[in-house]
Amino acid sequence: MNRDRIDCGFIPLVDCAPLVVARELGFATEEGLDLHLHAQPSWSAIRDQLAFGGLDAAHFLSVLPVAMSIGLGAASAKIDALSVLSVNGDVIGVAPDLAARMLNTGIARTNDQAVAVGRALVDAARSPLRIGVPFPFSMHAELLYYWLSTLGLEAPRDLDVRTVPPPRMADAIAANEIDAFCVGEPWGSVAVDQGAAEIVLPGSAIWQFAPEKVLAVRHDWAEENRSTALRLIRAVWRAARWLSEEDNRMTVSDLLAQPKYLDRPTDLIDRALSGRLVLAQHGRPVHLPGFLEFFDCAATFPWRSQAIWMASRWAARTGIDRSEAVAAARSCFRADLYREAMQPIGADVPGASEKVEGALDVRTEVASAKGEMFLGPDRFFDGTVFDPHAG
Amino acid sequence: MRNDVLKVAVVEADRDRALMIVDSLREAGDHDVTVVGDAARLSRCLAEISPDVVLIDISNPDRDALEEMALASGPTQRPVAMFVDQSDSMTTRAAIEAGVSAYVVDGLRKDRIKPIIDAAIARFKMFARMRVELETTKAALAERKVIDRAKGILMKAKGLSEDEAYALLRRTAMDQSRKVADVARALVTTADLLG
Repeated sequence: MNRDRIDCGFIPLVDCAPLVVARELGFATEEGLDLHLHAQPSWSAIRDQLAFGGLDAAHFLSVLPVAMSIGLGAASAKIDALSVLSVNGDVIGVAPDLAARMLNTGIARTNDQAVAVGRALVDAARSPLRIGVPFPFSMHAELLYYWLSTLGLEAPRDLDVRTVPPPRMADAIAANEIDAFCVGEPWGSVAVDQGAAEIVLPGSAIWQFAPEKVLAVRHDWAEENRSTALRLIRAVWRAARWLSEEDNRMTVSDLLAQPKYLDRPTDLIDRALSGRLVLAQHGRPVHLPGFLEFFDCAATFPWRSQAIWMASRWAARTGIDRSEAVAAARSCFRADLYREAMQPIGADVPGASEKVEGALDVRTEVASAKGEMFLGPDRFFDGTVFDPHAG
Repeated sequence: MRNDVLKVAVVEADRDRALMIVDSLREAGDHDVTVVGDAARLSRCLAEISPDVVLIDISNPDRDALEEMALASGPTQRPVAMFVDQSDSMTTRAAIEAGVSAYVVDGLRKDRIKPIIDAAIARFKMFARMRVELETTKAALAERKVIDRAKGILMKAKGLSEDEAYALLRRTAMDQSRKVADVARALVTTADLLG
């Protein structure tokens, strides 16, 4: 049987799991896709390969298609997000000496309150606070700017956000090049195990339901290969459903641990998947509910309101025209294609493609095609409610 | 002065490779070339050099740090755009295929940059060829080793001479339509398990 070949790039991170499962467990084959996965050395490399046609699809930072559509960054091409691959999953880590000074300010180690931890960090840090992120156009950077600017740190005066490739994060903090970082797993845990950092906060404490990675393709590719794009969305959706089942967790850890994917020990990978993280070297695992979500609460749906949130943040920070940025952002999150892909398999989809972000405290039933849809808590740490239609 | 000579920064940790890139750039014209070898000092070095063009291996993970430069927009900072002129997608594609990425200061004329990019592309193509050759040589060496071990096992177990042992391996491989190295590998694995 002839299958459509898709060359898809990924960065070795726990949240590439839906792509790995789609290939390894046959969800791609079931949709008639010959899915090939290619590890990439950096976010700029994966972006360029996607933009210039070396790859058809990619595991992508959620903010990157939005930034590219606004014309930010070094390469420009129209990139679309077909679905969300993962929600949350970042950790904020600080150097052990800074963690000790934060504890002296009277904060409990397991406290997951962003305000309390943030105030302790602001009090204990020397100015400017140097923080490493994997890429300038990333949820990591957005969460940090949002969190620390709300608590009074102003970039660039008090805050120096630097780009450090995730595999170098532990070394960079050990060498005192940075004081703290925000990074995806397993790299936070790698730094903890080396004694180079302590995890003080999960990203979900800043925004409870932050889209972290998306399934990205070139806009032109999606138009020319519409049927293939729809099948890819379905294959990855089925993979996400399978991998979010508790019984399958260890299998997922084993799959990801292979040399061709993460090439890291199974137990290290399982920390993120189980949401039980070791926060300091030789410490006991601490359960962080909602640490990383692949499927539940419509996690895979590309909410246009989330793209608009990202564009609004960029507009406020850089002074670019907000309405233009919002329009560009809205069009690159392909809720339309996602709906079309779900239709033949009767999967439930939300009634709207935009929602108010940050309004839910608890799991809540919402209007949907079949009336079976729940959304999860999605609060911002400061209680802000973001209305995508407000100017 | 800076209108005459372009400042080029080459980000490359491997000294030999760096020197080869510098040589080829010299041949392509009169440029002020600086090598940055220490990834940890990348941002600081580039800030000091303030280059017109930055060349870096596309697979270098430290490339992401260069993205910050694309954001620089203050009056004293020099915005950097990716690659060559955006309209020149042929050169861009050739660069990507060769494995080199170039960051170029905004507003530089294309004809001034083109010789540099072309020289870098040629050099990186050569690196790619060398890498393939090296891997082929390594693979051949590894095969040689496993065949030698298999011969040794057969010589010991069956009292064969070296030539007879090799002939047996080759015959088996032909009978099973497999490569000699694959038969040898299977034998070595089996012997390891039993031993």
